[in-house]
Amino acid sequence: MAAELTLILISTVLVNNFVLSKMLGLCPFIGVTKNVENSMGMGMAVIFVIFLASISGWVVNTFVLVPFNITFLRTVVFILLIAALVQLVETVMRKSFPALYKALGIYLPLITTNCVVLGSVILIMKKEYGFFQMITYGIGVPVGFYVALFIISHIREQLAMAKIAKPLQGAPITLITTGLLALAFMGFSGLVRE
Amino acid sequence: MAETTPPSTEKKTDAPEPRLVVTAWPHIRTPESTPRIMFSVVAALIPATLVGLYFFGSNAAWTLLWSVGSALGTEWLIRRTRGEKDTLGDGSAAVTGLLLGLTMPPSSPWWLSAIGGAFAIGIGKQVYGGLGYNIFNPALISRVFLLIAFPVEMTTWPIVAPPFPGLDVVTGATPLGQLQVGRLTGKGLGEAADVSLGAAFVGSIGGSLGETSALALLIGAGYLFAKRILTWHIPITMLLSAVLFALVFWLIDPHRYAGPLFHLLTGGLLIGAFFMATDMVTSPTTPRGQIVFGIGCGVITMVIRTWGGYPEGVSFAIVIMNAFSPMIERYTRPRRYGEVRT
Repeated sequence: MAAELTLILISTVLVNNFVLSKMLGLCPFIGVTKNVENSMGMGMAVIFVIFLASISGWVVNTFVLVPFNITFLRTVVFILLIAALVQLVETVMRKSFPALYKALGIYLPLITTNCVVLGSVILIMKKEYGFFQMITYGIGVPVGFYVALFIISHIREQLAMAKIAKPLQGAPITLITTGLLALAFMGFSGLVRE
Repeated sequence: MAETTPPSTEKKTDAPEPRLVVTAWPHIRTPESTPRIMFSVVAALIPATLVGLYFFGSNAAWTLLWSVGSALGTEWLIRRTRGEKDTLGDGSAAVTGLLLGLTMPPSSPWWLSAIGGAFAIGIGKQVYGGLGYNIFNPALISRVFLLIAFPVEMTTWPIVAPPFPGLDVVTGATPLGQLQVGRLTGKGLGEAADVSLGAAFVGSIGGSLGETSALALLIGAGYLFAKRILTWHIPITMLLSAVLFALVFWLIDPHRYAGPLFHLLTGGLLIGAFFMATDMVTSPTTPRGQIVFGIGCGVITMVIRTWGGYPEGVSFAIVIMNAFSPMIERYTRPRRYGEVRT
Protein backbone atom coordinates (compact mmCIF):
# COMPACT_ATOMS: atom_id res chain seq x y z
CA MET A 1 0.00 0.00 0.00
CA ALA A 2 2.65 2.49 1.07
CA ALA A 3 4.80 1.54 -1.90
CA GLU A 4 1.89 2.04 -4.28
CA LEU A 5 1.10 5.45 -2.81
CA THR A 6 4.76 6.49 -3.08
CA LEU A 7 4.77 5.44 -6.72
CA ILE A 8 1.63 7.50 -7.34
CA LEU A 9 3.35 10.53 -5.78
CA ILE A 10 6.53 10.11 -7.84
CA SER A 11 4.47 9.50 -10.95
CA THR A 12 2.29 12.60 -10.57
CA VAL A 13 5.06 14.97 -9.48
CA LEU A 14 7.97 13.91 -11.72
CA VAL A 15 7.10 11.37 -14.40
CA ASN A 16 3.58 12.32 -15.46
CA ASN A 17 3.70 15.93 -14.33
CA PHE A 18 0.49 17.54 -15.58
CA VAL A 19 2.22 20.56 -17.09
CA LEU A 20 5.47 19.04 -18.31
CA SER A 21 4.20 15.68 -19.52
CA LYS A 22 0.48 16.05 -20.24
CA MET A 23 0.72 19.76 -21.17
CA LEU A 24 -2.42 20.59 -19.18
CA GLY A 25 -2.99 23.88 -17.40
CA LEU A 26 -0.73 25.89 -19.68
CA CYS A 27 -2.85 29.05 -19.38
CA PRO A 28 -2.14 29.71 -15.69
CA PHE A 29 1.32 28.29 -16.24
CA ILE A 30 2.09 31.11 -18.67
CA GLY A 31 -0.31 33.69 -17.28
CA VAL A 32 0.80 34.00 -13.68
CA THR A 33 4.44 32.95 -13.68
CA LYS A 34 5.99 36.34 -14.39
CA ASN A 35 7.07 36.53 -10.78
CA VAL A 36 7.58 34.01 -8.05
CA GLU A 37 5.09 35.37 -5.50
CA ASN A 38 2.10 35.22 -7.85
CA SER A 39 2.89 31.74 -9.03
CA MET A 40 3.22 30.50 -5.48
CA GLY A 41 -0.23 31.96 -4.69
CA MET A 42 -1.67 30.22 -7.72
CA GLY A 43 0.08 26.99 -6.82
CA MET A 44 -1.31 27.01 -3.28
CA ALA A 45 -4.83 27.72 -4.53
CA VAL A 46 -4.61 24.84 -7.00
CA ILE A 47 -3.36 22.44 -4.33
CA PHE A 48 -6.28 23.43 -2.13
CA VAL A 49 -8.96 23.13 -4.82
CA ILE A 50 -7.74 19.92 -6.44
CA PHE A 51 -7.54 18.23 -3.06
CA LEU A 52 -11.17 19.11 -2.29
CA ALA A 53 -12.34 18.47 -5.85
CA SER A 54 -10.87 14.98 -6.00
CA ILE A 55 -12.50 13.99 -2.73
CA SER A 56 -15.92 15.36 -3.64
CA GLY A 57 -15.64 14.07 -7.20
CA TRP A 58 -14.78 10.63 -5.91
CA VAL A 59 -17.69 10.68 -3.45
CA VAL A 60 -20.18 11.78 -6.10
CA ASN A 61 -18.85 9.24 -8.57
CA THR A 62 -18.90 6.32 -6.14
CA PHE A 63 -22.20 7.02 -4.42
CA VAL A 64 -24.29 8.72 -7.10
CA LEU A 65 -23.04 8.23 -10.65
CA VAL A 66 -22.09 4.57 -10.50
CA PRO A 67 -25.12 3.27 -8.47
CA PHE A 68 -27.57 5.09 -10.76
CA ASN A 69 -25.60 4.04 -13.83
CA ILE A 70 -25.25 7.56 -15.20
CA THR A 71 -21.46 7.75 -15.54
CA PHE A 72 -21.86 9.25 -19.03
CA LEU A 73 -22.78 12.49 -17.24
CA ARG A 74 -19.39 12.54 -15.53
CA THR A 75 -17.79 15.49 -17.35
CA VAL A 76 -20.81 17.78 -16.99
CA VAL A 77 -21.29 16.85 -13.36
CA PHE A 78 -17.64 17.43 -12.53
CA ILE A 79 -17.57 20.85 -14.22
CA LEU A 80 -20.60 21.90 -12.16
CA LEU A 81 -19.11 20.35 -9.06
CA ILE A 82 -15.80 22.18 -9.44
CA ALA A 83 -17.50 25.49 -10.16
CA ALA A 84 -19.75 25.13 -7.13
CA LEU A 85 -16.83 24.02 -5.00
CA VAL A 86 -14.70 26.99 -5.95
CA GLN A 87 -17.56 29.38 -5.20
CA LEU A 88 -18.12 27.71 -1.86
CA VAL A 89 -14.46 27.81 -0.98
CA GLU A 90 -14.29 31.45 -1.97
CA THR A 91 -17.24 32.42 0.21
CA VAL A 92 -16.02 30.50 3.21
CA MET A 93 -12.54 31.87 2.82
CA ARG A 94 -13.62 35.49 2.55
CA LYS A 95 -15.46 35.22 5.86
CA SER A 96 -13.12 32.94 7.79
CA PHE A 97 -9.62 33.42 6.36
CA PRO A 98 -9.48 36.94 4.92
CA ALA A 99 -5.68 36.93 4.84
CA LEU A 100 -5.49 33.78 2.72
CA TYR A 101 -8.37 35.02 0.58
CA LYS A 102 -6.48 38.22 -0.14
CA ALA A 103 -3.29 36.34 -0.87
CA LEU A 104 -4.97 34.08 -3.43
CA GLY A 105 -6.88 37.00 -4.92
CA ILE A 106 -8.08 36.54 -8.49
CA TYR A 107 -6.53 33.08 -8.83
CA LEU A 108 -9.19 31.36 -6.81
CA PRO A 109 -12.12 32.13 -9.19
CA LEU A 110 -9.82 31.53 -12.17
CA ILE A 111 -9.32 27.94 -11.09
CA THR A 112 -12.94 27.17 -11.96
CA THR A 113 -11.90 26.84 -15.58
CA ASN A 114 -8.49 25.33 -14.93
CA CYS A 115 -8.14 22.15 -16.93
CA VAL A 116 -5.71 20.66 -14.40
CA VAL A 117 -8.54 20.43 -11.88
CA LEU A 118 -11.05 18.82 -14.23
CA GLY A 119 -8.34 16.64 -15.76
CA SER A 120 -7.14 15.23 -12.48
CA VAL A 121 -10.66 14.50 -11.23
CA ILE A 122 -11.59 12.73 -14.46
CA LEU A 123 -8.33 10.76 -14.49
CA ILE A 124 -8.90 9.59 -10.92
CA MET A 125 -12.23 8.07 -12.00
CA LYS A 126 -10.71 6.57 -15.17
CA LYS A 127 -8.02 4.86 -13.11
CA GLU A 128 -10.71 3.54 -10.72
CA TYR A 129 -8.68 4.46 -7.68
CA GLY A 130 -9.62 3.53 -4.13
CA PHE A 131 -9.95 6.18 -1.45
CA PHE A 132 -6.32 6.43 -0.35
CA GLN A 133 -4.94 6.26 -3.89
CA MET A 134 -7.38 9.02 -4.80
CA ILE A 135 -6.20 11.22 -1.91
CA THR A 136 -2.55 10.68 -2.90
CA TYR A 137 -3.29 11.46 -6.52
CA GLY A 138 -5.20 14.56 -5.47
CA ILE A 139 -2.16 15.78 -3.57
CA GLY A 140 0.48 14.67 -6.08
CA VAL A 141 -1.04 16.33 -9.14
CA PRO A 142 -1.25 19.86 -7.72
CA VAL A 143 2.15 19.49 -6.04
CA GLY A 144 3.59 18.63 -9.45
CA PHE A 145 1.79 21.67 -10.84
CA TYR A 146 3.26 23.76 -8.04
CA VAL A 147 6.76 22.46 -8.74
CA ALA A 148 6.44 23.32 -12.43
CA LEU A 149 5.17 26.82 -11.63
CA PHE A 150 7.96 27.28 -9.12
CA ILE A 151 10.69 26.31 -11.59
CA ILE A 152 9.37 28.34 -14.51
CA SER A 153 8.74 31.46 -12.43
CA HIS A 154 12.34 31.51 -11.21
CA ILE A 155 13.56 30.99 -14.76
CA ARG A 156 11.33 33.80 -16.02
CA GLU A 157 12.59 36.19 -13.38
CA GLN A 158 16.08 35.48 -14.64
CA LEU A 159 14.99 35.75 -18.28
CA ALA A 160 13.72 39.27 -17.59
CA MET A 161 17.35 40.32 -17.80
CA ALA A 162 18.13 38.43 -21.03
CA LYS A 163 18.46 40.10 -24.42
CA ILE A 164 15.67 38.11 -26.03
CA ALA A 165 14.56 39.14 -29.52
CA LYS A 166 11.38 41.26 -29.49
CA PRO A 167 9.03 38.74 -31.13
CA LEU A 168 10.08 36.03 -28.69
CA GLN A 169 9.61 37.95 -25.47
CA GLY A 170 6.93 36.89 -23.01
CA ALA A 171 4.77 33.89 -23.88
CA PRO A 172 6.87 32.53 -26.81
CA ILE A 173 10.10 32.20 -24.85
CA THR A 174 8.14 30.71 -21.96
CA LEU A 175 6.66 28.09 -24.27
CA ILE A 176 10.09 27.29 -25.72
CA THR A 177 11.54 26.99 -22.22
CA THR A 178 8.62 24.80 -21.18
CA GLY A 179 9.32 22.54 -24.13
CA LEU A 180 12.98 22.24 -23.18
CA LEU A 181 11.98 21.64 -19.56
CA ALA A 182 9.61 18.90 -20.69
CA LEU A 183 12.50 17.32 -22.64
CA ALA A 184 14.60 17.38 -19.49
CA PHE A 185 11.86 15.86 -17.36
CA MET A 186 11.52 12.98 -19.83
CA GLY A 187 14.67 11.70 -18.14
CA PHE A 188 12.42 10.60 -15.30
CA SER A 189 10.32 8.41 -17.60
CA GLY A 190 10.49 4.78 -16.66
CA LEU A 191 10.86 5.49 -12.94
CA VAL A 192 7.26 4.34 -12.60
CA ARG A 193 5.99 1.56 -14.81
CA GLU A 194 2.24 1.68 -15.26
CA MET B 1 31.21 44.17 -17.03
CA ALA B 2 28.98 45.02 -19.94
CA GLU B 3 27.36 47.89 -18.09
CA THR B 4 30.57 49.68 -17.31
CA THR B 5 32.17 49.64 -20.72
CA PRO B 6 32.27 53.04 -22.38
CA PRO B 7 29.57 53.56 -25.00
CA SER B 8 30.86 52.40 -28.33
CA THR B 9 31.32 54.90 -31.07
CA GLU B 10 29.40 53.00 -33.70
CA LYS B 11 26.12 53.36 -31.83
CA LYS B 12 26.33 57.10 -31.21
CA THR B 13 28.32 58.55 -34.02
CA ASP B 14 27.52 62.14 -33.07
CA ALA B 15 28.63 61.78 -29.44
CA PRO B 16 32.32 62.54 -28.86
CA GLU B 17 34.57 59.78 -27.65
CA PRO B 18 34.66 60.06 -23.84
CA ARG B 19 38.16 60.95 -22.70
CA LEU B 20 37.69 60.16 -19.06
CA VAL B 21 35.73 57.01 -18.26
CA VAL B 22 34.51 56.78 -14.69
CA THR B 23 33.44 53.32 -13.66
CA ALA B 24 32.65 51.62 -10.39
CA TRP B 25 35.39 49.82 -8.51
CA PRO B 26 37.16 47.39 -8.41
CA HIS B 27 39.53 48.53 -11.14
CA ILE B 28 41.50 45.30 -11.26
CA ARG B 29 42.22 44.03 -14.72
CA THR B 30 42.33 40.35 -15.38
CA PRO B 31 43.81 38.60 -18.38
CA GLU B 32 40.85 36.18 -18.28
CA SER B 33 38.33 36.73 -21.01
CA THR B 34 35.70 34.61 -22.70
CA PRO B 35 37.93 33.61 -25.66
CA ARG B 36 40.80 32.66 -23.33
CA ILE B 37 38.57 30.50 -21.13
CA MET B 38 36.95 28.86 -24.14
CA PHE B 39 40.37 28.18 -25.67
CA SER B 40 41.51 26.54 -22.43
CA VAL B 41 38.40 24.34 -22.43
CA VAL B 42 39.12 23.26 -25.99
CA ALA B 43 42.72 22.52 -25.01
CA ALA B 44 41.50 20.49 -22.04
CA LEU B 45 39.25 18.45 -24.31
CA ILE B 46 42.07 17.57 -26.72
CA PRO B 47 43.14 14.37 -24.89
CA ALA B 48 39.57 13.01 -24.82
CA THR B 49 39.08 13.95 -28.47
CA LEU B 50 42.30 12.21 -29.51
CA VAL B 51 41.37 9.05 -27.62
CA GLY B 52 37.95 9.10 -29.30
CA LEU B 53 39.56 9.51 -32.71
CA TYR B 54 42.02 6.71 -31.97
CA PHE B 55 39.38 4.21 -30.90
CA PHE B 56 36.56 5.13 -33.25
CA GLY B 57 38.43 6.27 -36.36
CA SER B 58 37.22 8.45 -39.19
CA ASN B 59 33.53 8.17 -38.23
CA ALA B 60 34.35 10.05 -35.05
CA ALA B 61 36.19 12.72 -37.01
CA TRP B 62 33.18 13.29 -39.27
CA THR B 63 30.81 13.44 -36.29
CA LEU B 64 32.96 16.10 -34.65
CA LEU B 65 33.41 18.08 -37.88
CA TRP B 66 29.68 18.16 -38.55
CA SER B 67 28.66 19.14 -35.04
CA VAL B 68 31.28 21.88 -34.69
CA GLY B 69 30.67 23.14 -38.21
CA SER B 70 26.93 23.21 -37.79
CA ALA B 71 27.22 25.01 -34.44
CA LEU B 72 29.53 27.66 -35.89
CA GLY B 73 27.38 28.07 -39.00
CA THR B 74 24.17 28.49 -37.01
CA GLU B 75 25.77 31.01 -34.68
CA TRP B 76 27.09 33.03 -37.62
CA LEU B 77 23.77 32.90 -39.48
CA ILE B 78 21.62 33.95 -36.52
CA ARG B 79 23.88 36.78 -35.41
CA ARG B 80 24.00 38.00 -39.00
CA THR B 81 20.25 37.91 -39.57
CA ARG B 82 19.67 39.71 -36.29
CA GLY B 83 22.17 42.32 -37.37
CA GLU B 84 24.34 41.88 -34.32
CA LYS B 85 28.02 41.66 -33.63
CA ASP B 86 29.63 38.49 -34.88
CA THR B 87 30.42 36.27 -31.90
CA LEU B 88 32.25 33.40 -33.56
CA GLY B 89 35.48 34.79 -32.15
CA ASP B 90 34.59 34.21 -28.50
CA GLY B 91 34.86 30.49 -29.12
CA SER B 92 31.74 29.53 -27.19
CA ALA B 93 29.95 28.13 -30.23
CA ALA B 94 32.99 26.02 -31.06
CA VAL B 95 33.08 24.65 -27.51
CA THR B 96 29.36 23.86 -27.65
CA GLY B 97 29.80 22.02 -30.95
CA LEU B 98 32.82 20.12 -29.65
CA LEU B 99 31.08 19.11 -26.41
CA LEU B 100 28.04 17.98 -28.36
CA GLY B 101 30.19 15.95 -30.75
CA LEU B 102 31.98 14.31 -27.85
CA THR B 103 28.68 13.11 -26.37
CA MET B 104 27.37 11.66 -29.64
CA PRO B 105 27.66 8.01 -30.63
CA PRO B 106 30.78 7.81 -32.79
CA SER B 107 29.02 6.21 -35.72
CA SER B 108 26.10 8.62 -35.91
CA PRO B 109 25.07 9.77 -39.39
CA TRP B 110 26.20 13.22 -40.51
CA TRP B 111 22.74 14.78 -40.42
CA LEU B 112 22.33 13.83 -36.77
CA SER B 113 25.36 15.86 -35.75
CA ALA B 114 24.29 18.70 -38.04
CA ILE B 115 20.80 18.87 -36.52
CA GLY B 116 22.34 18.66 -33.06
CA GLY B 117 24.72 21.56 -33.61
CA ALA B 118 21.97 23.73 -35.09
CA PHE B 119 19.56 22.91 -32.24
CA ALA B 120 22.19 23.58 -29.59
CA ILE B 121 23.02 27.03 -30.88
CA GLY B 122 19.63 28.00 -32.28
CA ILE B 123 17.15 26.82 -29.66
CA GLY B 124 19.57 26.25 -26.81
CA LYS B 125 21.37 29.57 -26.91
CA GLN B 126 20.51 32.24 -29.48
CA VAL B 127 16.78 32.16 -28.75
CA TYR B 128 17.65 33.48 -25.31
CA GLY B 129 19.82 36.25 -26.70
CA GLY B 130 23.18 34.55 -26.95
CA LEU B 131 25.98 33.62 -24.63
CA GLY B 132 25.32 34.32 -20.96
CA TYR B 133 21.51 34.26 -21.05
CA ASN B 134 20.69 30.65 -21.87
CA ILE B 135 19.00 28.59 -19.17
CA PHE B 136 20.10 25.14 -20.29
CA ASN B 137 23.53 23.92 -21.29
CA PRO B 138 23.22 24.16 -25.10
CA ALA B 139 25.21 21.01 -25.91
CA LEU B 140 23.34 18.87 -23.39
CA ILE B 141 19.83 20.10 -24.14
CA SER B 142 20.57 19.34 -27.78
CA ARG B 143 21.80 15.87 -26.88
CA VAL B 144 18.64 15.24 -24.84
CA PHE B 145 16.55 16.46 -27.78
CA LEU B 146 18.37 14.12 -30.18
CA LEU B 147 18.09 11.20 -27.78
CA ILE B 148 14.32 11.62 -27.56
CA ALA B 149 13.74 12.47 -31.22
CA PHE B 150 16.11 9.87 -32.74
CA PRO B 151 16.35 7.13 -30.10
CA VAL B 152 17.66 4.48 -32.49
CA GLU B 153 20.44 6.54 -34.03
CA MET B 154 21.48 7.94 -30.65
CA THR B 155 21.88 4.53 -29.05
CA THR B 156 23.66 2.63 -31.79
CA TRP B 157 27.13 2.11 -30.45
CA PRO B 158 30.03 0.81 -32.53
CA ILE B 159 32.43 -1.63 -30.93
CA VAL B 160 35.88 -0.20 -30.52
CA ALA B 161 37.94 -1.01 -33.58
CA PRO B 162 41.30 0.75 -33.46
CA PRO B 163 43.25 1.95 -35.17
CA PHE B 164 42.27 1.55 -38.80
CA PRO B 165 39.39 3.74 -39.89
CA GLY B 166 36.88 2.76 -42.50
CA LEU B 167 36.53 -0.86 -41.46
CA ASP B 168 33.10 -2.34 -40.96
CA VAL B 169 31.56 -0.97 -37.81
CA VAL B 170 30.13 -3.60 -35.50
CA THR B 171 27.53 -2.42 -33.04
CA GLY B 172 27.30 -3.47 -29.45
CA ALA B 173 26.05 -2.30 -26.08
CA THR B 174 27.72 0.11 -23.69
CA PRO B 175 28.48 -1.09 -20.15
CA LEU B 176 25.56 0.95 -18.80
CA GLY B 177 23.33 -0.48 -21.52
CA GLN B 178 24.30 -4.00 -20.49
CA LEU B 179 23.61 -3.04 -16.89
CA GLN B 180 20.11 -1.88 -17.82
CA VAL B 181 19.40 -5.05 -19.80
CA GLY B 182 20.48 -7.05 -16.77
CA ARG B 183 18.24 -4.98 -14.52
CA LEU B 184 15.18 -5.20 -16.73
CA THR B 185 15.50 -8.93 -17.36
CA GLY B 186 16.07 -9.63 -13.68
CA LYS B 187 19.54 -11.08 -14.22
CA GLY B 188 21.21 -8.71 -11.80
CA LEU B 189 24.36 -7.26 -13.29
CA GLY B 190 24.12 -9.33 -16.47
CA GLU B 191 26.96 -8.87 -18.93
CA ALA B 192 27.99 -5.67 -17.17
CA ALA B 193 29.72 -7.80 -14.54
CA ASP B 194 32.38 -8.71 -17.11
CA VAL B 195 33.31 -5.15 -18.01
CA SER B 196 36.97 -4.54 -17.31
CA LEU B 197 37.44 -1.43 -15.20
CA GLY B 198 40.94 -1.06 -16.63
CA ALA B 199 39.50 -0.84 -20.13
CA ALA B 200 36.97 1.70 -18.87
CA PHE B 201 39.79 3.76 -17.40
CA VAL B 202 41.78 3.83 -20.64
CA GLY B 203 38.73 4.14 -22.85
CA SER B 204 38.45 0.96 -24.90
CA ILE B 205 34.77 0.43 -24.09
CA GLY B 206 31.63 1.27 -25.99
CA GLY B 207 30.12 4.69 -25.44
CA SER B 208 29.91 8.22 -26.72
CA LEU B 209 32.82 9.61 -28.66
CA GLY B 210 34.62 11.46 -25.90
CA GLU B 211 33.26 9.99 -22.70
CA THR B 212 34.88 6.58 -22.71
CA SER B 213 38.39 7.38 -21.51
CA ALA B 214 38.49 8.38 -17.85
CA LEU B 215 42.23 8.94 -18.08
CA ALA B 216 42.02 11.49 -20.90
CA LEU B 217 39.19 13.36 -19.18
CA LEU B 218 41.12 13.50 -15.92
CA ILE B 219 44.15 14.93 -17.70
CA GLY B 220 41.98 17.65 -19.24
CA ALA B 221 40.26 18.38 -15.94
CA GLY B 222 43.62 18.59 -14.17
CA TYR B 223 44.73 21.20 -16.69
CA LEU B 224 41.59 23.28 -16.04
CA PHE B 225 42.04 22.95 -12.27
CA ALA B 226 45.65 24.10 -12.62
CA LYS B 227 44.52 27.12 -14.63
CA ARG B 228 41.85 27.77 -11.97
CA ILE B 229 39.06 27.75 -14.51
CA LEU B 230 37.43 24.91 -12.59
CA THR B 231 36.69 25.09 -8.90
CA TRP B 232 36.11 21.93 -6.90
CA HIS B 233 32.54 22.69 -5.81
CA ILE B 234 30.47 21.29 -8.66
CA PRO B 235 32.56 18.40 -10.02
CA ILE B 236 33.68 16.96 -6.71
CA THR B 237 30.26 17.14 -5.04
CA MET B 238 28.64 15.62 -8.14
CA LEU B 239 31.12 12.74 -8.30
CA LEU B 240 31.08 12.17 -4.55
CA SER B 241 27.30 12.07 -4.26
CA ALA B 242 27.07 9.66 -7.20
CA VAL B 243 29.79 7.44 -5.74
CA LEU B 244 28.17 7.43 -2.28
CA PHE B 245 24.80 6.59 -3.80
CA ALA B 246 26.32 3.70 -5.76
CA LEU B 247 28.28 2.53 -2.71
CA VAL B 248 25.19 2.28 -0.51
CA PHE B 249 23.32 0.15 -3.04
CA TRP B 250 26.38 -1.92 -3.84
CA LEU B 251 26.81 -2.72 -0.14
CA ILE B 252 23.14 -3.71 0.07
CA ASP B 253 23.38 -6.19 -2.80
CA PRO B 254 26.56 -6.42 -4.89
CA HIS B 255 24.91 -8.91 -7.23
CA ARG B 256 22.13 -6.57 -8.27
CA TYR B 257 23.79 -3.17 -8.21
CA ALA B 258 27.07 -2.22 -9.87
CA GLY B 259 29.89 -0.89 -7.75
CA PRO B 260 30.87 2.76 -7.32
CA LEU B 261 33.97 2.45 -9.52
CA PHE B 262 31.89 0.98 -12.34
CA HIS B 263 29.50 3.94 -12.20
CA LEU B 264 32.37 6.40 -11.96
CA LEU B 265 34.28 5.09 -14.96
CA THR B 266 31.49 4.19 -17.38
CA GLY B 267 29.04 6.49 -19.11
CA GLY B 268 29.32 10.23 -19.09
CA LEU B 269 29.77 10.91 -15.39
CA LEU B 270 33.32 12.28 -15.66
CA ILE B 271 32.85 14.39 -18.79
CA GLY B 272 29.57 15.63 -17.34
CA ALA B 273 31.01 16.53 -13.97
CA PHE B 274 34.11 18.30 -15.28
CA PHE B 275 32.98 19.86 -18.56
CA MET B 276 29.18 20.07 -18.65
CA ALA B 277 27.89 20.76 -15.16
CA THR B 278 30.56 23.40 -14.64
CA ASP B 279 29.32 25.56 -17.52
CA MET B 280 29.53 29.03 -16.00
CA VAL B 281 26.34 30.31 -17.59
CA THR B 282 23.95 27.60 -16.54
CA SER B 283 25.20 26.74 -13.06
CA PRO B 284 24.90 28.77 -9.84
CA THR B 285 27.62 31.29 -9.05
CA THR B 286 27.86 31.06 -5.27
CA PRO B 287 29.95 28.23 -3.74
CA ARG B 288 27.01 27.12 -1.58
CA GLY B 289 24.73 27.06 -4.61
CA GLN B 290 27.32 25.11 -6.60
CA ILE B 291 27.49 22.46 -3.89
CA VAL B 292 23.71 22.05 -3.94
CA PHE B 293 23.83 21.93 -7.74
CA GLY B 294 26.56 19.29 -7.78
CA ILE B 295 24.79 17.05 -5.29
CA GLY B 296 21.56 17.36 -7.27
CA CYS B 297 23.32 16.34 -10.50
CA GLY B 298 24.96 13.32 -8.87
CA VAL B 299 21.82 12.06 -7.18
CA ILE B 300 19.52 12.49 -10.20
CA THR B 301 22.11 10.74 -12.39
CA MET B 302 22.14 7.75 -10.09
CA VAL B 303 18.35 7.71 -9.66
CA ILE B 304 17.93 7.50 -13.45
CA ARG B 305 20.69 4.90 -13.78
CA THR B 306 19.25 2.77 -10.98
CA TRP B 307 15.51 2.96 -11.64
CA GLY B 308 14.92 4.98 -14.80
CA GLY B 309 13.94 4.08 -18.33
CA TYR B 310 17.23 5.32 -19.80
CA PRO B 311 20.51 3.55 -19.13
CA GLU B 312 22.38 6.82 -18.69
CA GLY B 313 21.19 9.84 -16.72
CA VAL B 314 24.03 12.34 -16.72
CA SER B 315 22.72 14.61 -19.47
CA PHE B 316 19.19 14.56 -18.06
CA ALA B 317 20.44 15.22 -14.55
CA ILE B 318 22.52 18.23 -15.55
CA VAL B 319 19.77 19.71 -17.71
CA ILE B 320 17.22 19.27 -14.92
CA MET B 321 19.55 20.94 -12.44
CA ASN B 322 20.11 23.75 -15.00
CA ALA B 323 16.40 24.43 -14.70
CA PHE B 324 16.70 24.56 -10.92
CA SER B 325 19.76 26.78 -11.12
CA PRO B 326 17.96 30.20 -10.98
CA MET B 327 16.08 28.94 -7.94
CA ILE B 328 19.24 27.72 -6.20
CA GLU B 329 20.88 31.02 -7.02
CA ARG B 330 18.05 32.93 -5.41
CA TYR B 331 18.08 31.00 -2.14
CA THR B 332 21.85 30.82 -1.72
CA ARG B 333 22.50 34.49 -2.28
CA PRO B 334 25.10 35.54 0.28
CA ARG B 335 23.82 37.85 2.98
CA ARG B 336 25.26 41.32 3.17
CA TYR B 337 27.33 41.94 6.26
CA GLY B 338 24.99 42.97 9.06
CA GLU B 339 21.82 42.15 7.15
CA VAL B 340 19.11 40.78 9.38
CA ARG B 341 17.85 37.34 8.44
CA THR B 342 14.18 37.58 7.55
